[in-house]
Amino acid sequence: MKQRVGLVVGVGLILVWCLLPVVWIVSLSLKDAVAVTNGSPGFFPADGAFAGFDNYRDAWGNDQFRRAIINSLGISLISTTLSVILATLAAYAIARLEFRGKKLVLTTALAIAMFPVVALVSPLFDMWRAVGLYDTWPGLIIPYMSFTLPLAIWTLAAFFREIPWELEQAAQVDGATSWQAFRKVIVPLAAPGVFTAAILTFFFAWNDFVFGITLTSTEAARPIPASLSFFVGADPFNRPASLLAAGAVIATIPIVIIVLIFQRKIVAGLTSGAVKG
Amino acid sequence: MKNIVKKYGDGFPAVNDISIDVADGEFVILVGPSGCGKSTLLRMIVGLEDITSGDMMIGDRRVNDLAPRERNLAMVFQNYALYPHLTVYENIAFPLRLAKADDATVDEKVRAASKTLELDEHLDRKPANLSGGQRQRVAMGRAIVRDADAFLFDEPLSNLDAKLRGQMRSEISRLQKKLGITTVYVTHDQTEAMTLGDRVAVLKRGILQQLATPRELYSNPGNLFVAGFIGSPPMNFLPATVEGTSVELPFGSVEIPADKAEKAAGRGLLIAGIRPEAFEDASVVEESKRASGSTFKATVEVVEWLGSEAFGYIPFEAPPEVQEQLQQLERDLDGETLRTQLVISLDAASKVSEGDEAEIWVDTATMHLFDPSTGENLTIDRENAGRVLTLQEEAAAQPA
Repeated sequence: MKQRVGLVVGVGLILVWCLLPVVWIVSLSLKDAVAVTNGSPGFFPADGAFAGFDNYRDAWGNDQFRRAIINSLGISLISTTLSVILATLAAYAIARLEFRGKKLVLTTALAIAMFPVVALVSPLFDMWRAVGLYDTWPGLIIPYMSFTLPLAIWTLAAFFREIPWELEQAAQVDGATSWQAFRKVIVPLAAPGVFTAAILTFFFAWNDFVFGITLTSTEAARPIPASLSFFVGADPFNRPASLLAAGAVIATIPIVIIVLIFQRKIVAGLTSGAVKG
Repeated sequence: MKNIVKKYGDGFPAVNDISIDVADGEFVILVGPSGCGKSTLLRMIVGLEDITSGDMMIGDRRVNDLAPRERNLAMVFQNYALYPHLTVYENIAFPLRLAKADDATVDEKVRAASKTLELDEHLDRKPANLSGGQRQRVAMGRAIVRDADAFLFDEPLSNLDAKLRGQMRSEISRLQKKLGITTVYVTHDQTEAMTLGDRVAVLKRGILQQLATPRELYSNPGNLFVAGFIGSPPMNFLPATVEGTSVELPFGSVEIPADKAEKAAGRGLLIAGIRPEAFEDASVVEESKRASGSTFKATVEVVEWLGSEAFGYIPFEAPPEVQEQLQQLERDLDGETLRTQLVISLDAASKVSEGDEAEIWVDTATMHLFDPSTGENLTIDRENAGRVLTLQEEAAAQPA
């Protein structure tokens, strides 16, 4: 009984700790802009300061904001898809084939992941301007992919190693080509790994700020985190805090949806029963 | 079905110069201790392992360079290799789907296979929820839905418990007879080898030792290795010297038939191989039978009574050269070197108990004499021994 109480209290504390800022943003987004400027310290909006969904309507009504959401969605989804496809193929090769330089590929991949993003931003800025990728979708997709690929490859390679090789051989004996064996047997089994990699990649791309703000200049490619920082509203000296909060909440929704979708696919222990353990 | 096969691993000869001709509809067993190359050989047949040299023929087709899927063989893996993301139905249907069969055909064939294997009520389940025996049957179902040219089994029963193994063994045998399909079956279990096979190929370190029917293997082993491998409890090996028609054993002399004695004459120290069941407690042997063998007296150290029969253990001392050969043999057989003792099978009615000095009768007609240095069986009946590895072949197969 005592343990239960301790558990509940502990879980409660952690929840408050983690979720308070989020809840606060939601609270902020529901307050009237003027009230926030004048100071509205309470969690619940004071009398007459409740703005309802006006802020959301305003944020959504903003052209720049909508463009940014589309940019972010497009860029993140494209880089996630490409990155996962490439990583799946690469990881499969690493897990299954013996080739020269395999170690080198793996360590290089890891080294790339270790590189601080900030260090790469200025050279990329120059390069992209020279080759005309500056302020375009590919200009962001490429760095996102190169930074998420290593992690995705490592995750997936680990998954592929777990899959018994006999399954593939069985498929080949059953009449499958190597490609069919890969697509019909290996990929479905590696699905949890594929979706893990997809979530991680999507997180990175969606939440990135440094690349987003440096490699773009207009709403042609500017993603949402960068866009929020440019979100000044009507009065440049009076940052619309509640509007920003509403924007932040909207920007969080896609990622929640995507995680919920992908999470369903991550069923642990999918390979159990393939072979006698 | 299959013609000449010669193989090589990477420098190390995992499978060495083996030729087996499997007839249509025949059930051939590849048997041997672990590491003898039997699985490698099977995987070369199916195409999962490259063939260094030699020809693999299926029918009139040379399949050396064909991919597994082009060979039209069905294989059951040791660990079943079921597709865990597919239901039992889809697992069995998998080869048909790859062959682009239409749904009606798939359904018909899968139902037929599942009926044969009594899997009907499990068709919608996933492999993870099945028991070992059921998974085994699914794996077999996947093999039989196709009209494959041959079945290949890679130690399919080694993951099952003893009782289930017996059931599945008879199941496989029945299925093979019913379908009449050519089968190659790999096992390290000599019981499976003896009970299932039309012919058994005994392998040792990549070299085919003997290819014969189970009966021939049992009564006419080609060399010490085969003799020691086939039979449970294993054949007894005793130091022996032949003089005239009498053989000097550690327990005394016994008479052997003249034709056997002749083959082994003048060879000095030999190894005599006698099956445990060739022995009997002299007191329970009928008078009429008694004349065909010899008797000797020995102290039985331990008796294991099993109800239907009993095993007696009689320790003896062996001279060093025989000892050495026997130890080498044990290593080849994956066994541990135990002390030299004679295992004899006694009638359940025998009253011999531990520590007794008993009079033991031995049927010397079934005795074999082996050359201690080469392991060759000197008293083999070549007519009834199938194909035996000869000394010349063995010498040729040794890597230079």
